[in-house]
Amino acid sequence: MPPSTPAVRVSGLGKTYRIGLSGDRPTTAVEAALRWARNPVRRGSHELFDALDDLTFEIPWGQATGIIGRNGAGKSTLLKVLTRITAPTRGRIELNGRIGSLLEVGTGFHPELTGRENIFLNGALLGMTRKEIQRHFEEIVDFAGVTQFLDTPVKRYSSGMYVRLAFSVAAHLETEILAIDEVLAVGDAEFQAKSLAKMRDVAKDGRTVLFVSHQVQTVTALCTSAIYLDRGRLLYQGEVPGALDLYRRSFEKFALEQKDPRSRPGSGELRAQAVEMGDDQFEPDSAKTVLIHMGKNPDLVGQYFVSCHINDLNGSVLVQCDSRVVGGWYDASSEHTVKLTVRHPWLKPGRYTVDVFVCKTGVMDAWEGAAGFEVLPHNPYPELAGDEALSRGLVLADFDYEKS
Amino acid sequence: MTQTIITPPGRFSAPNLREMWQAREVLVRFGMRDVVLRYRQTAVGVVWVLIQPLVSAGIFSIVFGQVAGLSSDGKPYFIFSYVGMLAWTLFSGVLNRSAGSMVGSQALISKVYFPRILVPLSGILSVFLDFVIALALGIVLLFVYGINPGWPALLLPVWAVLIAFLGAGLGLAASAIMVRYRDVAYVLPWIVQTLLYASPVAYSVSAVPANLQALFNANPLAWFLDLFRWSLLGTPAPAGWKIAGAVVVSLLVLTWGMFVFQKFEREFADVI
Repeated sequence: MPPSTPAVRVSGLGKTYRIGLSGDRPTTAVEAALRWARNPVRRGSHELFDALDDLTFEIPWGQATGIIGRNGAGKSTLLKVLTRITAPTRGRIELNGRIGSLLEVGTGFHPELTGRENIFLNGALLGMTRKEIQRHFEEIVDFAGVTQFLDTPVKRYSSGMYVRLAFSVAAHLETEILAIDEVLAVGDAEFQAKSLAKMRDVAKDGRTVLFVSHQVQTVTALCTSAIYLDRGRLLYQGEVPGALDLYRRSFEKFALEQKDPRSRPGSGELRAQAVEMGDDQFEPDSAKTVLIHMGKNPDLVGQYFVSCHINDLNGSVLVQCDSRVVGGWYDASSEHTVKLTVRHPWLKPGRYTVDVFVCKTGVMDAWEGAAGFEVLPHNPYPELAGDEALSRGLVLADFDYEKS
Repeated sequence: MTQTIITPPGRFSAPNLREMWQAREVLVRFGMRDVVLRYRQTAVGVVWVLIQPLVSAGIFSIVFGQVAGLSSDGKPYFIFSYVGMLAWTLFSGVLNRSAGSMVGSQALISKVYFPRILVPLSGILSVFLDFVIALALGIVLLFVYGINPGWPALLLPVWAVLIAFLGAGLGLAASAIMVRYRDVAYVLPWIVQTLLYASPVAYSVSAVPANLQALFNANPLAWFLDLFRWSLLGTPAPAGWKIAGAVVVSLLVLTWGMFVFQKFEREFADVI
């Protein structure tokens, strides 16, 4: 690889979507013709939405770069533009090598075709030549562990086998640049570890990996540098910890903005007025209570329900508490308060945020980061042990061991 | 080291032939997928490909030959309409296959990049295989009826490729438009059906009233049907302008279809 040129050079990149005001864009030819006949000059009115705006960056060879940002920050769009699935609106991208993409495993897999046929079809779609596929055929089959089932249609595969085979084909792509979107979250733990190792090898070969993920753990484990996107703009490029720090802080900033109901998504027929925790701090094993103060809308027909998410600092949704599953349907004729109590699982010490969704047939109010709370650094278990006894896992369980 | 530059698409973009050539493996694999699926899934496989034109030709010869008593230019009505069905099935098969292909491959198009034009084009391969099988039976029928078309038979592959071009051109345009306007999917079968009866597939243009003949002769499919019958049944050679017209029109339609497709291509992933 010529070290002087970067693997990827992006300058002034922008992608603008036209969002038709509801139902504005004709979806049938008849409608389009009628509209044209009625008014041949008028262009349809639409809003413009910048999914990506003025991105300029370079990615050197041999780097595994994580692309992080909140939902809707433009991570996936960036990857799609880089892999040519969709065209940019502005700017220029220079790719100094072939780019392969793994935006979803098993692209083009056909259930009726055998494993062997699918390897060739999928490989071709990912941009491999027939020679490359033949050269790697044995490795692909070995890596996936499906040797005996090569001539079986993949519809008879277990879902694990299917995913392993699909990942395996993609992992043997020989392109100099590889774009990956959250595919590592597949398969069992053993296969995930194997895939992670494979991805690390790719970067060690001097090839370049672009990696989009919501999972902070994977980005930390895999990436050597990171890009932080916020609403389509590039806010940070550099070391992984710096980007992750921005990512975590963005949750707090976001929570502040969301206090204003007008800036929240949802139909607005009914909104939560305030959300508070029963306490600011909790013990890991104590019951956590959330009080949702609801506004009123006497005109609202029927009853509504509430769904709350509790997220950790990395943005992983730990639990979803939907009131429907416990028979919680409420009437909005007057202002009232709905109280949620979560007893299990126990939470690890740290900061948490709560998202509140007020729904009927659709979402009426989506309040992400409606409240936050702290879990004290106490040990809920009867005995003490080193930190490593509690460091794995996202939550704590109420468990015991018995010898029989 | 290959370098790729990605910039916003211009207003008109010709298909990138170099890129299509590099991705030919995709075309081959798509084609193989269609063929394998066709002959593996339907137990009757080959039989199905043969039954369709046979039954249609049988019905046509009963309805048009026996009931309506139309002329078939002196050839047995059955083989006359069988040859018509051969050409027609090739044309409509290519058109139908390619037209629906883009909408049918949504998942693929929003997940991975390859020259999109390969999706509608790949449908042609399996239709051509069906054509070859049906043609083999047609040749058997020629022997049965004792018809020797002579040297014009050598030109048959040319007509077959050209009529496929005609279907592919229309199919390419339809497949791209269908991505944005889904109602085209409902209108197209009706157009194809109308075309079948408007084209001399099951009858001869000579059976059409003289004052309407000019109208029927303006249909490029009529020229192709003449050419097919000339090459397979030994009917008199069509007028020179029909031969030239068939070549020019099919190439023009194919080029037009490609440009329409390219024009819509840049927004496929966003619309789908």
